[in-house]
Amino acid sequence: MSREGTVVRDKAGFLERRKDRRLGVLTVLVVLGLWEAVGRSGWVSPFFLPPLTQVLLSGWEITRSGEVFSHLAASLWRIGSGFAVGAGLGVLLGVALGFSQKADDAIHPLVAATYPVPKIAVLPLLILWLGIGEASKVAVIGLGVFFPVAINARAGVRNVDPLLVKAALSLGSGRWGVVRKVILPASLPMIFAGLKLGVGIALLLVVTAEMIAAESGVGFLILSAADLMQTTRLLFGIMLLSGLGLFLSWLLGRVERKLIPWRG
Amino acid sequence: MRTVVEGVSKAYDHPKGPQTQALGRVDFAIEEGEFVALVGPSGCGKSTLLNIVAGLLAPSTGRVRFHGASLNGRPRTAVVFQDLALFPWRSVEGNVRYGLEELGVARRDRRRRAREWLALVGLEGFEAHYPHQLSGGMKQRAAIARALAVDPGLLLMDEPFSALDAQTRMDMQLELSRIYEATAKSVLYITHYIPEAVFLADRVIVLTGRPGVIREKVRVDLPRPREERIKVEPRYVEYLERIWGLVRGVGGAAEGTGS
Repeated sequence: MSREGTVVRDKAGFLERRKDRRLGVLTVLVVLGLWEAVGRSGWVSPFFLPPLTQVLLSGWEITRSGEVFSHLAASLWRIGSGFAVGAGLGVLLGVALGFSQKADDAIHPLVAATYPVPKIAVLPLLILWLGIGEASKVAVIGLGVFFPVAINARAGVRNVDPLLVKAALSLGSGRWGVVRKVILPASLPMIFAGLKLGVGIALLLVVTAEMIAAESGVGFLILSAADLMQTTRLLFGIMLLSGLGLFLSWLLGRVERKLIPWRG
Repeated sequence: MRTVVEGVSKAYDHPKGPQTQALGRVDFAIEEGEFVALVGPSGCGKSTLLNIVAGLLAPSTGRVRFHGASLNGRPRTAVVFQDLALFPWRSVEGNVRYGLEELGVARRDRRRRAREWLALVGLEGFEAHYPHQLSGGMKQRAAIARALAVDPGLLLMDEPFSALDAQTRMDMQLELSRIYEATAKSVLYITHYIPEAVFLADRVIVLTGRPGVIREKVRVDLPRPREERIKVEPRYVEYLERIWGLVRGVGGAAEGTGS
């Protein structure tokens, strides 16, 4: 043993996590670079994998002509209205079920039975009922968003710390005051978790619905490009969806931080 | 306001098997402006009794009556819970304002009164903080301010300092006795920590083990304001020993002799 004796090391040091955003950016750049290289190398026909630059070029063309914006606007409008309807009704029903045991006994089995049905399977029925226009697309998105939001809202309300309710009662709250000022804010984090799930589902459903029956929207853009064997447009459409998803979750994250500031 | 607990007991039904008797029959009163501490071994039904007095639990027998002083819509009781139950989505000031909102106090007055109470408990400058940003002792102060702000006839405290470290706990005992002496509220204080009960209370009610009944009521004749140094006075130590003995089950009649 050396003169200095044994130096104590931090045995738990490897558990430390330090975030480095640069790595994530690097990975994306490497993948894009590989894509470009493979596309240009001649190993793969550009019909299957055109290089990134060509995809961006074709994207630039339809951006300049305004075509992209009309598709984006159509998709966003469907997501927006479907999400608003589904989330609104979902919160209402979820809170009602969470709060009233009677309502829960009556309605929860129905929710549990209809929840697992893939919502896209209902689209033909909705088209039959509501026509091929916007209403059926908004309805299917609404339906898809409704369930996770309702189920999370119900769980949120049911899991409110009973001590907080007692505290409110002891400070003079009535039944309605408890609902409005304790149960709702306390279940907001859970409701938001449901809304986040809902955004993902809305994106999935809007694209599927637009592929089945639409003349606009990002899903239509992708499918029509595939029909015309325009791989560059098809890939650009997929990149648009990635951007759209990132944008929507960023937006929801902002709203969440605004509404739930007590979460750190 | 005078609070009278008459023949209160609590038994819990179980779907299978016999009832659990959580609290035996208990009779006592809390006088206007009196600080009563309730001590007893864990599981003796202290918290059950507090919940009954708070109107958050129905007794199996008996009743709790409040006499005197019209409260003009003020709540009869307000509780400081062991786990505090501060609303995490409200700032410290928002928590203190809560009860004032429910009382229908005008917005401007709510703010002023919340700030006054926060100043009294020593939380000036922390009005905008959220509970998760506060230390244990500061959360306690906020919870006390929230309960006092509604100006209840009786302040109920359920082992409020049990989660604090020893140093903070001693600070908070001094702080609470200062606040009590400044406000002259009636207090029912539950603890299993005897030195705390003796230091704070005018009267200590000792409960037996489950199901709890009153073993003894001990009047604590120590001068106010209570200060740290009374803890070394012989009389204080005598009270401690006597109550220790009562909690362990030696000495004292089954019915109180103290008051």
